[in-house]
Amino acid sequence: MIKYHSLAAINADLQSGKITVTALVNHYLKNIADKKDYNIFLEVFADDALAQAKLIDEKIKNKTAGKLAGAVIALKDNISVKGKKLSASSKILEGYTSLYNATVVERLLAHDAIIIGRTNCDEFAMGSSNENSAFGNVHHPLDESRVPGGSSGGSAAAVAADMCLAALGTDTGGSIRQPASFCGVVGLKPTYGTVSRYGIIAYASSFDQVGPLTHSVADAALILETIAGPDEYDSTLSQKPAQKFSEYTNKNPKYKIAYLRDCLEKDGLDAEIKNKMLATIEQLKADGHELTAVDFPFLDYLVPAYYVLTTAEASSNLSRYDGIRYGYRSKNATDLESTYKKSRSEGFGTEVKRRIMLGTFVLSAGYYDAYYAKGQKVRRLLQNKTLEILNQHQFILLPTTPGTAFKFGENSADPIKMYLEDIFTVQSNLTGIPAISLPLGTHSNGLPYGIQVMANKFDEKNLFAFADYLMQKK
Amino acid sequence: MAQKIDEKLVDQVAHLARLEFDNEQKNAIINDMNNMLVFVDKLNELNTDVIEPLVYMTDETNVLREDGVKQDITQKEALANAPKKDSDYFKVPKVVEKK
Repeated sequence: MIKYHSLAAINADLQSGKITVTALVNHYLKNIADKKDYNIFLEVFADDALAQAKLIDEKIKNKTAGKLAGAVIALKDNISVKGKKLSASSKILEGYTSLYNATVVERLLAHDAIIIGRTNCDEFAMGSSNENSAFGNVHHPLDESRVPGGSSGGSAAAVAADMCLAALGTDTGGSIRQPASFCGVVGLKPTYGTVSRYGIIAYASSFDQVGPLTHSVADAALILETIAGPDEYDSTLSQKPAQKFSEYTNKNPKYKIAYLRDCLEKDGLDAEIKNKMLATIEQLKADGHELTAVDFPFLDYLVPAYYVLTTAEASSNLSRYDGIRYGYRSKNATDLESTYKKSRSEGFGTEVKRRIMLGTFVLSAGYYDAYYAKGQKVRRLLQNKTLEILNQHQFILLPTTPGTAFKFGENSADPIKMYLEDIFTVQSNLTGIPAISLPLGTHSNGLPYGIQVMANKFDEKNLFAFADYLMQKK
Repeated sequence: MAQKIDEKLVDQVAHLARLEFDNEQKNAIINDMNNMLVFVDKLNELNTDVIEPLVYMTDETNVLREDGVKQDITQKEALANAPKKDSDYFKVPKVVEKK
């Protein structure tokens, strides 16, 4: 079977009878089995997926199939599927089985998508390389000595390696877009408040959004359209009905696009990626679009603000893991307090504990104003400046990552070096705006890399139109 | 100037976070936290005197719904994931001493 890059292509072959959903699922299952050593999936739902495929093949025959019929989707292991294990790649959720479906899962299933399994990720979505999983590293599909990126590394690798058509990930500071860039797929972080977080394991609640990883912009739009919209279980959502994102159109308009001078001049940005950015800018100008270099003097404040605020939220969110109601309980505990302390200390990995400690510190009496409140004020400054740029321009164009996929261990010794991997991606999470990474580059080292586009809040429809235009020109 | 994290402060924060570290881990976490505080101290270069903190990322206010009664999970299901339980309760180590 060929490698499909869009649901439209799958649909065409399903309608003509060239393939069946069952055959498609078997194709993906074979690819998963062939690359088992890449450690991309933590669990494959083979029996469920095949049973579901049979039902959907029937529905297609009877012309009652939903709009995601033929879409085989993998889920990052922080998204709840009723009756299935869920771990956030952490030992502390040992033995945990979801009691309910995440809202995004309900909506995918309601439109006849098939869930093929749960993918490896950094523990509690904290990391940029997938090296923080309690269940081992994920290997990059094109070079097994390299990382796939993170934290949704398994999801990006699964799509790239043709183990599913699409995947869902979560993005708190770049966790969809960075691995999408490394693995050569499309990755979208929607506007904050677009997609329900019900049934998603929380990391930093004012940053987290669920989004798709796909081969095509059209599939990203269709999946977003399916999972977006109000949900009585998440009151942080926009209450407006979900837009028909898949109906984006590109009537050849002339766009006003900003690019951030500071990003292009940033030390550590790979020279080829910089040149590709410059060439893209020139090409867009030549095509009649208006491109303007703007200053964003806050680039070096983004990652520090991100770490103060996300670690604070994480320390609060992760306090629920107490060793009592679910998950891992230490056998070494002697009393109630040591049950908490030993279960948490043995159950959480190093990076998660590091972030809980920093977060607890910045929230503690005597330090709250100096760190946490300061971070919230800086967040306002960053948002004001970003929205100011987006008032003048429809989009902001920037790299997704400073480089291509790195080798295992390359950034592990210095946590801050690893954190700076997110320098171009955290801006959209800090400010709540949508951002998409598009696989537009191939480096001379053979690895793919992404170019990123950010847009105004809830302007995904135009973002998809422009993204599709860029992909067509690739 | 970064607030210096020392062993005493790490012990306090670790207690608040219900975590514990052996000596080797403690040295590492002191080092990591001090480095991270130097890193995030960069925020103090920005004047935020007249800036309101950004707390809510959504423009929605007072999203309300009817307070209906419904059972999403049963008691049995709620107990299903507990590492220690009996038929009705989560079990924890004894918290009340015998007289």
